[in-house]
Amino acid sequence: MSGLRTVAKAAFESVENFFDRAFGPELNPMHQLGALGWFFYWIVIVSGVYLYIFFDTGIHQAYESLEYITNVQWYAAGVMRSLHRYASDALIIVMILHLVREFVMDRYRGARWFSWFTGVPLLWFVFACGITGYWMVWDVLAQYIAITTTEWLDTLGIFGETIARNFLNPDILSGRFFTLMVFIHIAVPLFLLLAMWIHIQRQNYAKVNPPKGLAIGTLGMLLVLSFIKPAVSQPPADLSIVPAVIDLDWFYLAAYPLLDIIPGLTMWAIAVGGSLLLALLPWLPPRRREAAAVVDLDNCNGCGRCVDDCPFTAVILQQRTDDTAFSEEAIVNSSLCTSCGICVGACPTSTPFRRTSELVPGIDLPDQGMQALRDDVLAAAAKLSGETRVIVFGCKNGPDLQRLNGPAVAAMELQCIGMLPPSFVDFLITRHHVDGIFLTGCTLGDCHNRLGNKWTEQRLAGERDPYLRERVPRERIGKFWAGLTHNKRLSQEVAAFQERIKGLPPYHRPSRKPSGQQPAESS
Amino acid sequence: MASIFQYIGQAIAYTLFAVFVGYFATKPAYTNFPPDKAQIKLSFGHAGEHATECRRLTQEELNQLAPNMRRPLDCPRGRLPVLIELELDGELLYSEALPPSGLAGDGVSTAYKTFAVDPGQHQLVARLRDSNRTEGFDYEKTSEITLSPQQNFVVDFHPSRDGFLFL
Ligand code: HEM
Ligand code: SF4
Ligand code: SF4
Repeated sequence: MSGLRTVAKAAFESVENFFDRAFGPELNPMHQLGALGWFFYWIVIVSGVYLYIFFDTGIHQAYESLEYITNVQWYAAGVMRSLHRYASDALIIVMILHLVREFVMDRYRGARWFSWFTGVPLLWFVFACGITGYWMVWDVLAQYIAITTTEWLDTLGIFGETIARNFLNPDILSGRFFTLMVFIHIAVPLFLLLAMWIHIQRQNYAKVNPPKGLAIGTLGMLLVLSFIKPAVSQPPADLSIVPAVIDLDWFYLAAYPLLDIIPGLTMWAIAVGGSLLLALLPWLPPRRREAAAVVDLDNCNGCGRCVDDCPFTAVILQQRTDDTAFSEEAIVNSSLCTSCGICVGACPTSTPFRRTSELVPGIDLPDQGMQALRDDVLAAAAKLSGETRVIVFGCKNGPDLQRLNGPAVAAMELQCIGMLPPSFVDFLITRHHVDGIFLTGCTLGDCHNRLGNKWTEQRLAGERDPYLRERVPRERIGKFWAGLTHNKRLSQEVAAFQERIKGLPPYHRPSRKPSGQQPAESS
Repeated sequence: MASIFQYIGQAIAYTLFAVFVGYFATKPAYTNFPPDKAQIKLSFGHAGEHATECRRLTQEELNQLAPNMRRPLDCPRGRLPVLIELELDGELLYSEALPPSGLAGDGVSTAYKTFAVDPGQHQLVARLRDSNRTEGFDYEKTSEITLSPQQNFVVDFHPSRDGFLFL
């Protein structure tokens, strides 16, 4: 299973590499699928509100009002109509890609089940929005949808009457069903918004807005499409005629033709059963959970950095429970914790400089503690030889690290690169344990733990607490975010880095104190 | 800063996406119904008669019931299936005994069925039995009809409006 998954992940990443080349990792649309979903949602809402001003909700007037929108006010309402349609279609595409991607990348199990589970209802809401939307046009497509949908609902046999009879013939047609559809088409998007908000509740700093460059490009693309191929109605609905050949929106209606072949009840079983199965996927099979992060109160000063940096909202601050002077303390909700260790990398007490032999940070991972990491790194560093001794820090979700090991290079695998406190880099370089530190991990913009490489970049750049101290010579730090697919390039980058540090003058600590005493390390 | 090649790459990606969206938003067209045929749609809901007639209870039987339950007539709720037949140009198009709905079998029988037929002149006969007779029908309607391609010809049934309605 895990071997298969790694292959699938790497395959996905290879495709995404094409986008990386054109967009760069930050703007890579495949890294922004959820955010693009939100973006399309807002386009649909704004254009929908504008359309509603000119839309007549009567069943006999709706079609005419849309003809006005498309033909008379084509430059504004017409464009809005096209945006409304195409953004809805694009929402389907990014949503399906997003779903598949989260699955393939294995970001839906264990502590991460919540987003997956709450994503499933979104599928129903989105489809309900789209189907009722096409219904409101009351053209032959709407007629087909009305008849097919009600016939499908009738197969449930839970309505006292045959509701498809509402569309039997022009004399029987009444506006009541139409009014209901208009109502649903306005109400469901509001529920969708609520559900989308719930969906991201366990994501710290959820990406709900695509980066500006991507947003502009995407909106521009939709606008161009709207002018080249404006959304139009098909001939008006006429219940005395059978809709024969119809232009379908396959994004929303691909399942409708299936209803001609598959019995309605079977389709219900597929839709409902499929959704249930999908929702239960995080437990089929469940993920083996590693031990959650634990707080050591004696070493926690309640600074809150772990809370800020945890990608999964698993840490909060609460009132202090011991009698120290600090007002707050960190507390981990272990059911939300993915054991990524990013909080450990954020904790100011997680520093190898500490004199006491025990390295117990305020927050730590039981399965990969900081004390053990320091011991392992020092042991590995001691075995290195030459003038380009490098420790490579990587993560278990990123590139293959084993192949980097050599006489002058030792690779250390962390849960996540965000787990590495900058003080470790400082310690290893300024104490001459190694000549350089090289960092690698998941593709930038697509950390398996969402924010690990982003926080690392910011900590090194001095933009995020805890900072890498000024004194650490930046030229002795190399990095390359290799992901799963750039193993070869990673080896080259490490070799090139070794070349670069070879010629550097030896590092001397700036001697603020003549005695060369160790400056106190805290934040 | 993105290079010119990157912008070209982005333009290609956006274009492909837009073409994909623009195309599948309306195409390929779907043939829901053969355009050279006409449709007869049979749809109605009608309750068959009760399967068993009401029976007057004997005084003894009444005495055994709780005082508030003493109704002189015992009327089993179950209904008969509704027998329906459609005949086009002398050939049987459809014949079915429609069971009553509801758990107790006391609801209406419903029919909802479509038939694709050749356009043109036809003789259409509709027959329905809702009683416990063993032969013949309680309602029947015959009509000469002319169907045009893609016409939706409806056969409905309302006993209060003389039985079958051809719409
Ligand atoms: C309207 C459609 C949807 C929208 C707008 C949407 C949006 C989002 C956003 C913004 C995120 C946070 C991304 C981040 O910051 O890392 C997210 C995460 C996620 N979504 Fe969705 N989503 C949608 C549908 C779905 C569906 C249908 C599923 C699957 C059934 C799904 C599964 C997930 C999962 C598993 C995560 C990530 C959890 C994690 O990283 O731990 N989403 N989604
Ligand atoms: S290890 Fe730390 S950062 Fe990661 S999920 Fe658990 S509490 Fe959050
Ligand atoms: S970062 Fe460390 S010291 Fe600060 S609140 Fe979290 S555990 Fe406590």
